[in-house]
Formats: sequence, C-alpha cells, structure tokens
Amino acid sequence: MIPFDFEYYRPSSTSEAVQIFMELDAAGKNPRYYGGGTELISMARMNSLSFGAVIDIKAIPECNVLEIDNGHLMLGTTLTLTRLHESNLFPLLAQAGSRVADHTIQSKITLGGNLCGSIIYKEALLPLLLTDTEALIAGPSGMKTRQVNAIFNQSVQLEPAEFIVQLHMAEKYLALPYIHVKKTKQDKINYPLVTICALKNGQEIRVAFSGVSDFPFRCSNMEAALNERSRPIDSRVARALEVMPVRVLNNLEGSADFRRFILTNLLTSVVGSLEADAI
Amino acid sequence: MKEMLTEGLIYLNINGEVRKTLVRPADTLLFALRERLGLTGAKPGCENGDCGACTVLVDGWPVKSCLMLAVEACDHEITTIEGLNNTPIQREFVEKFAFQCGYCTPGFIMNCQGLINIHPDASDEVINEWLQSNICRCTSYEEITAAVKSALNTVNNDPVS
Ligand code: FES
Ligand code: FES
Repeated sequence: MIPFDFEYYRPSSTSEAVQIFMELDAAGKNPRYYGGGTELISMARMNSLSFGAVIDIKAIPECNVLEIDNGHLMLGTTLTLTRLHESNLFPLLAQAGSRVADHTIQSKITLGGNLCGSIIYKEALLPLLLTDTEALIAGPSGMKTRQVNAIFNQSVQLEPAEFIVQLHMAEKYLALPYIHVKKTKQDKINYPLVTICALKNGQEIRVAFSGVSDFPFRCSNMEAALNERSRPIDSRVARALEVMPVRVLNNLEGSADFRRFILTNLLTSVVGSLEADAI
Repeated sequence: MKEMLTEGLIYLNINGEVRKTLVRPADTLLFALRERLGLTGAKPGCENGDCGACTVLVDGWPVKSCLMLAVEACDHEITTIEGLNNTPIQREFVEKFAFQCGYCTPGFIMNCQGLINIHPDASDEVINEWLQSNICRCTSYEEITAAVKSALNTVNNDPVS
C-alpha cells in the first residue's frame, strides 16, 4: 500500500500535460509524469520517493505512435517494451527491451519510463544512442527536437516540465547487422553487469554500454580504437578500454575488475562476430 | 482531461461486469480488487513486481496488479482468476499437480491464460520467457510448464474447449 496520497491527472494532449505540470509545480505539489508507473509505484510504496501528483501521459495520442513515416521510425514514449518487442520494427531495440525486468512487467514499462526513470541502467537507450535518434520533446515553450545523445549525456538533461513524446530514427538503421548481449551476476532477470548493443553501419562498428558505469554511454574514441582494422582485435579492445571515459562500477553486482574482465571478453567476441558477418 | 484528486468512486470493468468502488488515487489495482471488491484471487506477495502472485489480465495481457493504480485501470477490461471457469489451463494445473501450497497458482494461471490467448502457438522459448515472470516458492516449475504445454495442446486441437 502506498503510504501517502497524491492526485491523478490524465491529460489528452501534450500542451494540457505541460500546462497541468506547471500549475501543480507552482502549487508546490511536486508532480511527476507517469508512464507505466512501475518505478514510481514501487518507490512510493517503500516511501523512498514522494510526490503530490502524477500526470499519466498514456492517453496522449502522439505518445502512442508506432509507425514508419517518411523514412523514419516514429516511436511514442508510452509504448510498452512488450509492444516494441511484438512489433519488432526495430529488432535491436526489441531485444534490448526484452531483457529489462521480466516479461509481464515489460507490458507495463514504457519506453519513456525506461529512459527517464531513476534506475541507472536504461537499457532501451543503447539502440537509440547508436542510431542518431532524435527526441520530440514537449515543454513550456512548445515542441522541440533534440538529439538523444545530447539529452542522455551522463544524466538526463531535460527541464522539469519537459517530457519526451516521441523518438525518431532513420529507417536505414533498423535492418543493420547488430548484436545485443547482456551479462548478469546470476539470474537471467537482473540488472546488468554489462550490456552491450552494437551495430555495423557499412564497415563501421558502433557500440553502446550499460552496467559498466553509472550512466549508459557511447564513446567515439572507443569506437575509433575498435574500428582500427589494421590491428588485431585484442589490441583494439585493450586500447578501447584504455580510452574508456567512465569510472567502472564497483558494487555488489560485481567488482570493477570483474566488469572489465567481462567487458574485454564481450567486446572481443562482439567485434569479431560483426567483422566476420557471423550474425 | 480526466482527474482524480482525492478518494472517490471509480468504475472498473472486471470479469465482464462493471463494478463501482471507492479508492484513493494512490491505491493499487491489487488493493482495490482484494480490499474493496472482495476479489481475493489475486494474491499479495512481494507487492514489488517480483513474484507475480498478483497477476491479472488487463485487455488480455498479464499485468502485475501491485504495479498498476486502480484509477489507471478504468476504461480497460480486467480479468481475474475469478473470471475463469474450468478453462483448459485450470484443468491442466489439477491434472499435472502444478501446485503445492497454491499461493502462486492464481498468478501463474492468469499469466498462462494470457499466453494461451496471445500466443497459442508459443514455442518452448516463449513459454519459458513468459513463465519467468512468476515465482513458486514450492518449486512446482516442471509441473507448471507441463500444464501450460498441455493446455496449449488442448486449445490448439480443440479451440472451443
Ligand atoms: S505481489 Fe505483485 S508481483 Fe509480487
Ligand atoms: S505452489 Fe506454493 S508457491 Fe507455488
């Protein structure tokens, strides 16, 4: 049982959602945008988060879009991970989402919730980082677009009243060769020790990571090292780890050394497989 | 815009019937079903989305009712274990001895029923993927898997069963 009360709003347009957010915020009600709500409900139940109002954005039509239009895949952010998996329009994203929590919860967790919640792993972000994805954002000054790489850069860089309505990526990326691999400490359903998503765009390999540090990332210096084909793969991987721009997580799930060990092995096999077209 | 600012009446479509009930906006669907509507088939276990004991169907899909607000469920079709009557999956749970204490059983059955509705042609891989959403502390996993496979067989060979 959630030990405190809050108000519930279900707007039917983006402008209505932003408007009510600003009014509630001004009234000191500490509102939250609400998608699937799984994280908000479980944190509220444990009293580790409190808020005075939730704004359920699932009834906003633009947030439910799932279509290819004008050479771009358009994904509403209230689509559930299950919906993305069942549609399979973007197989890498479908696969990354299908390893978040368990199957039943995936039909409640939304794409936007996985990206903007407080759990650090955000595994659905990795395919977006690899595909030059743009986000359509609703906020006090109306709608705007921004690159996902700029929004999710060491933290979620959105203003309090803003929320992501849709994500757009070029159709050309959807069918590229890819690899998704997730390693956990023990059970299949768990947070990642290391998750890697990789795409092969022409001869170029792109790689993004979750579980390695306290925020998912993609790094051009690491990719430059990994794509230096004149060198053997193990020396490229070693070089990529040298230039890795993050502090490796060291927690109960796994030590930093163990994560580095796994990362080395996974990267070696991911690069090898993509270069050999073995997928 | 729809809104609910404080405790009030909502209408829920449960097992084909519209039911009126009093909830706070902060009440979960699990709480409303059990404490307000007397539908105690969905069980509270972890209340954290981990165990699956509270699973119900919402628009045909399994949902952990501890992770859904009651007010959020308005305008959706909810099916609880009380809404199933002698279905193939219920019969197969009995036939295959797929429970011991029975606490996890309603949740498992609702998840399996969702699978049978949505993927009647489910492969072993899909079955395993779906069943991983529920926990059985009596470890009846082998028997539960046998039950769902058998129910899928029944449904595929005799869709009106
Ligand atoms: S009580 Fe809902 S998942 Fe455990
Ligand atoms: S039969 Fe006892 S918990 Fe599953």
